Amino acid sequence: MVGSGRQLGGSRLVTAATEALTDPALEAAVATPEFELANIRQRKRRGLLIALPAYIYLLIFFAVPLITVIIYSFATRNRFGGADLNNWNIDSYRELGDDLIRTILLRSAGLAILTTIICLLISYPFAYYMATRSEKVRNLMLVFVMIPFWTNFLVRNYAWYVILGTDGPFSQFTEFIGFGPTRVLFTQVAVVLGLVYGFLPFMILPLYASIERIDGRLIEASRDLYANGWQAFRNVLWPLSLPGVVAGSILVFIPSLGAYVTPHILGGTKGTLLGSYIVTQFLTARNLPFGAAMSTVLMIIMLAATILYFRKGGRTL
Amino acid sequence: MGETRDAHETTTAADAVAISGVTKRFGDVVAVDNIDLNIADGEFFAMLGPSGCGKTTTLRMIAGLEFPTQGSLKIFGDEVGTLPPNKRPVNTVFQNYALFPHMNVLDNVSFGLRMQNVGRSEAADRARALIKLVQLEGMERRKPSQLSGGQQQRVALARALVNKPKVLLLDEPLGALDLKLRQEMQNELKSLQRELGVSFVFVTHDQEEALTMSDRIAVMEDGRLLQVGSAEDLYERPANRFVADFIGQTNLVDATVADSDTIVLGNGSKVRATTSLGSGSKVAMSLRPEAISIGPRGSAPADHSEESLDGIVSSSTYLGHAVDYRVSVDWIDLEVRAGAIGAQQRFSPGDEVSLWWDRAANWVVAD
Ligand SMILES: Nc1ncnc2c1ncn2[C@@H]1O[C@H](COP(=O)(O)OP(=O)(O)OP(=O)(O)O)[C@@H](O)[C@H]1O
Ligand SMILES: [Mg+2]
Repeated sequence: MVGSGRQLGGSRLVTAATEALTDPALEAAVATPEFELANIRQRKRRGLLIALPAYIYLLIFFAVPLITVIIYSFATRNRFGGADLNNWNIDSYRELGDDLIRTILLRSAGLAILTTIICLLISYPFAYYMATRSEKVRNLMLVFVMIPFWTNFLVRNYAWYVILGTDGPFSQFTEFIGFGPTRVLFTQVAVVLGLVYGFLPFMILPLYASIERIDGRLIEASRDLYANGWQAFRNVLWPLSLPGVVAGSILVFIPSLGAYVTPHILGGTKGTLLGSYIVTQFLTARNLPFGAAMSTVLMIIMLAATILYFRKGGRTL
Repeated sequence: MGETRDAHETTTAADAVAISGVTKRFGDVVAVDNIDLNIADGEFFAMLGPSGCGKTTTLRMIAGLEFPTQGSLKIFGDEVGTLPPNKRPVNTVFQNYALFPHMNVLDNVSFGLRMQNVGRSEAADRARALIKLVQLEGMERRKPSQLSGGQQQRVALARALVNKPKVLLLDEPLGALDLKLRQEMQNELKSLQRELGVSFVFVTHDQEEALTMSDRIAVMEDGRLLQVGSAEDLYERPANRFVADFIGQTNLVDATVADSDTIVLGNGSKVRATTSLGSGSKVAMSLRPEAISIGPRGSAPADHSEESLDGIVSSSTYLGHAVDYRVSVDWIDLEVRAGAIGAQQRFSPGDEVSLWWDRAANWVVAD
């Protein structure tokens, strides 16, 4: 984004190129010669060879389980808690219209949205601050953001369990400052807190990446053109950082929606969320087709979000 | 502000920009060192100097993007010290234009008006008028990335001018353009400035650009202001060695002041030249190559006996309209530029020649 003499010279070429592309007569005239096509084909073949291990990995650990889940979602539950693969129907999907399921879905979506918004509100100023520091401070702060990853996610959730529990440090603190003991554990507040804590880095990093790339002189130019601080943010910083906002929001929203560990540990038994409900269907209720159908729907929602992410923000990462 | 205006104050109030005793430090770096500068209303003012001398910093302080560490800065008589940029009647054309990449040309140009809460349609109308003025009609919907360097430069200009600033600051606005486009834009900028009657403060490190475009020029070095004056002032009456050397080409002959109208050159010869510097001061005599005449040995006119030297041509370069000679005199080398028209005699390396010049061409500069 930083304009340099070379870039400015180059942009003229780009203009010429785009003009050429929009002209159908020209487009037809620029036919690729035979040997060039052969060259491209050969390069593609070589690329495939390099990517082969990745494809095999994806096939075994991603495609096969995914297809299995989808197949099971159309099967019928048998008497022994297994799935009857000879009896195909969409009963499991019909059951999703149930009021209880709708409540769980809305509750989960609400919590995921809340988590996303809180993460965004915390991360944006943080990422902006980080992006405008000197190189040294920036790198140090990046390390601080990553430090939580050095500890297992489960362990960190249990740490919150201890902190928020009855007579835990948090309760002792509120009692000390005169608000009496508090019981945050096993409430939705605890769940959102845990989710925000867990997924904050996924918001900070893409935001930082996109803000850091913004040319500071654009902000100065807007200020020179009579924008006050808020207008400069609203008209220049925010729109230019939007790819980071979209990327970060989706990276937080998706795992929050299907979260299992955090609600399980911090949320207690009230207010079941999607993740726990699906696990229950598989392990306790032993309704495999129904659990599979819910998983499939969840994945479709996430897929839609991911497509949005690649459309709007994917390029910044 | 409630200032009491005496005679002096009213004269400075008319100045578009009045800088006095301004210093800007970045940590240990003194970017601008105690400068005084007045820029008149409607003036085309250039700031010239080598890289890192503090031109951009001075401009940014006028714009409000940087605040002085010390000193006073007035715009049309109002102290602007730490006023934010959006509160100053000043706009900037940035070094690399800094166009908003997510907005099209029209939105870029109307930005300043919209920020001042001018209605959308009026802002668009006024922006269109400016786009027409800079000859970019039909490109309103293009993004900056779809424009050539010269077109981007025009957008930056229109974006600043649409706000009718009282002072326009331009930071090397032509630096990124190729030579031909650059010359074209120089002419356009100059006529635009005349038309609008707005003060332009124009930063450049191209001395030719500064000389040809400006009413007055400030020469800076190392954060200090060395001289402010017209192109003629700087070229013919440079204040010191740096300015003499920086503006155009010159021969700097080391000398010592003997008395108020005599200096002694390195070889002991006495030369008449007026100087206000005390006797014994180390100075240099600046002698422009084109002010020196060249002829065969012994051809110096008798009335130039004090202002003549004998030497041997060590090189000659043909330039078409002129010939540049390098002549070794016994203790220094001098550059001489002679016309190449008609019957002018040409010299080759090794030729013995005499050089002479008018007394008026002697110019003494402090070291
Ligand atoms: N933000 C800053 N922090 C520290 N030093 C700075 C800063 N801005 C400028 N300087 C220093 O101040 C001095 C003057 O810089 P300035 O940008 O004004 O130079 P300039 O005359 O515009 O040079 P150029 O022709 O290369 O653009 C330089 O030594 C520069 O390194
Ligand atoms: Mg500069």
